[in-house]
Amino acid sequence: MTPQPLSLSRSDTDSDGVRAPLVATVAAIVLLTVAYMLVYPVFVMNMLCFGLFAAAFNLLFGYAGLMSFGHAAFFGGAAYITAYTAKYWGLTPELAILLGVLFAAAFGVVVGYLAIRRQGIYFAMITLAIAQMFYFFCVQAPFTGGEDGIQAVPRGRLLGLVPLDDPRFMYAFVCAVFLLGSLAVWRIVNSPFGVVMRAIRENEPRAISLGYRVERYKLAAFVMSAALAGLAGSTRAIVFQLASLTDVGWQASGHVVLMTLVGGVGTILGPIVGAGVVVSLENYLATSGLPIHVVLGFVFVFCVMFFRRGIVGEAEALLSRLRRRRS
Amino acid sequence: MTELFNIPIQAFYVQILIGLINGSFYAVLSLGLAVIFGMLNVINFAHGAMYMLGAIFSWMMLTYLGIGYWPALVLAPLLVAGLAVLMEKFLLSRLYALDHLYGLLLTFGVAMIVEGGFRHWLGTSGQPYPMPSAFEGVADIGFMMLPLYRGWVIVFSAVLCLATWYLIERTRIGSYLRAATENPTLVQAFGVNVPLLMTATYAFGAALAAMAGVLAAPIYQIGPLMGQNLIVVVFAVVVIGGMGSIMGAIVTGYALGVIEGLTKVFYPEASSTVIFVIMVLVLLTRPAGLFGRA
Repeated sequence: MTPQPLSLSRSDTDSDGVRAPLVATVAAIVLLTVAYMLVYPVFVMNMLCFGLFAAAFNLLFGYAGLMSFGHAAFFGGAAYITAYTAKYWGLTPELAILLGVLFAAAFGVVVGYLAIRRQGIYFAMITLAIAQMFYFFCVQAPFTGGEDGIQAVPRGRLLGLVPLDDPRFMYAFVCAVFLLGSLAVWRIVNSPFGVVMRAIRENEPRAISLGYRVERYKLAAFVMSAALAGLAGSTRAIVFQLASLTDVGWQASGHVVLMTLVGGVGTILGPIVGAGVVVSLENYLATSGLPIHVVLGFVFVFCVMFFRRGIVGEAEALLSRLRRRRS
Repeated sequence: MTELFNIPIQAFYVQILIGLINGSFYAVLSLGLAVIFGMLNVINFAHGAMYMLGAIFSWMMLTYLGIGYWPALVLAPLLVAGLAVLMEKFLLSRLYALDHLYGLLLTFGVAMIVEGGFRHWLGTSGQPYPMPSAFEGVADIGFMMLPLYRGWVIVFSAVLCLATWYLIERTRIGSYLRAATENPTLVQAFGVNVPLLMTATYAFGAALAAMAGVLAAPIYQIGPLMGQNLIVVVFAVVVIGGMGSIMGAIVTGYALGVIEGLTKVFYPEASSTVIFVIMVLVLLTRPAGLFGRA
């Protein structure tokens, strides 16, 4: 009874080559422009930040097969750094975000170095425990503002010029960050590095015997994922002008796993779709009086039991089945 | 001598005692996790929720049915074990053929449902549970006053740990269990009902967690989040002790409780993180854990 390895994606090799991301990017820009007019922009920005967070998590989980249960530490930690430096050092937003990302990457080196010593569930538990240590640090450290968090973070002027207090500029900026981040994920996955990453996920001993220094690849994947999660957290801190404990707790780590699972593990679009669904669901539940955690828990259980490929994964499977029938 | 490093010696005793009590809970909970992991290869993320259920059930029994502490100490774990049987039969057992991470994810979802449900119903504020009348009062044990109930918790959990260790390491059922973790197919071929053994193991681990919950009820505030806060520490204990090692779970559970208590005397700010710091140090030197096999 050897357990099947975690491989859920069929979209690993993008047959459409370079054109697909171009088309997708244009489509995304059009979609985001339309969304600004149709939906409450703050809601869309929240969705985009979580979408990027989920994409960063999926880079590690879906493509390298490493499930981190502590990714909130990078997301929330970067948010704290950005909020603090923007508010108390008066940095411009891009510098504050850059510092947040750098912190997440550096922290990612430390956590990754410790966690990749073990695999599978151990890896998940170690990342969870280190993230929890960081959570306790954030509860006590004076600069995080304890239970209150860091509030009223100034949005400032991008490059000292563009006032992000103007909702339209803020929205455009978040869209740009989101698109660049997603593009980075796509680029990493579809690079020689990404191929090695998937080889390690599918069969680590074989990758080792082929001569790859597996630890280095894993660590690199971990750091990139942490940095992108930090980018998402930092941007969110600027959008909502807030960094708080809810972003670093392990519930937030579970949250991003749920989003990725709902959308489809190991697909490029999945985490983004999943984040959209989960954020919309929460938005709806918040006013419905239904217990949010119970509903999300049921969604979680349902996805694990019956819907493991997620929305995008199932859609892709359906599409390829239709295509095969036609040919 | 009444002082050590300028700290009154009484404070040491008190913190060692508190550490031993916390350690008792770490030991019983990580023991349950280790048993379940050893047999099912599942990290039971719902372990904290089961601990919480043990406490809340005993509180509900007292409040709504007038059932006291002693019957609750048996009934609540049985009830939780029953729920665990259903969960293993209908959900977990369908995931064994997949990556082990799915077991973790499933139990995480179940924990969300259970804890979220009670949070919706009870709110996050704690409920008090009266001390059982037999254990009111304190005993003078020479160097300090020992609250009787706390003494009972330490003794009872130690008995629980030893009994479990004996059951798994020294009895016939235990030997089936250990054999089945090594090679389930072969043990099945010898006529042992492995799926039943797995269900029973899961239920047993859940019952241990629930029993810890009942034990905790008179000491800590009962609330929907009581398990959530504890479970991550227990995970760290398990990583330090070495996953799946029965002895490792017990020994590190008590030891880390005491270390945590002593940290509270010397450097209180670090007391909530000291276990995680130890975990990092252990990982750097012995990635398989103190008692684990690589």
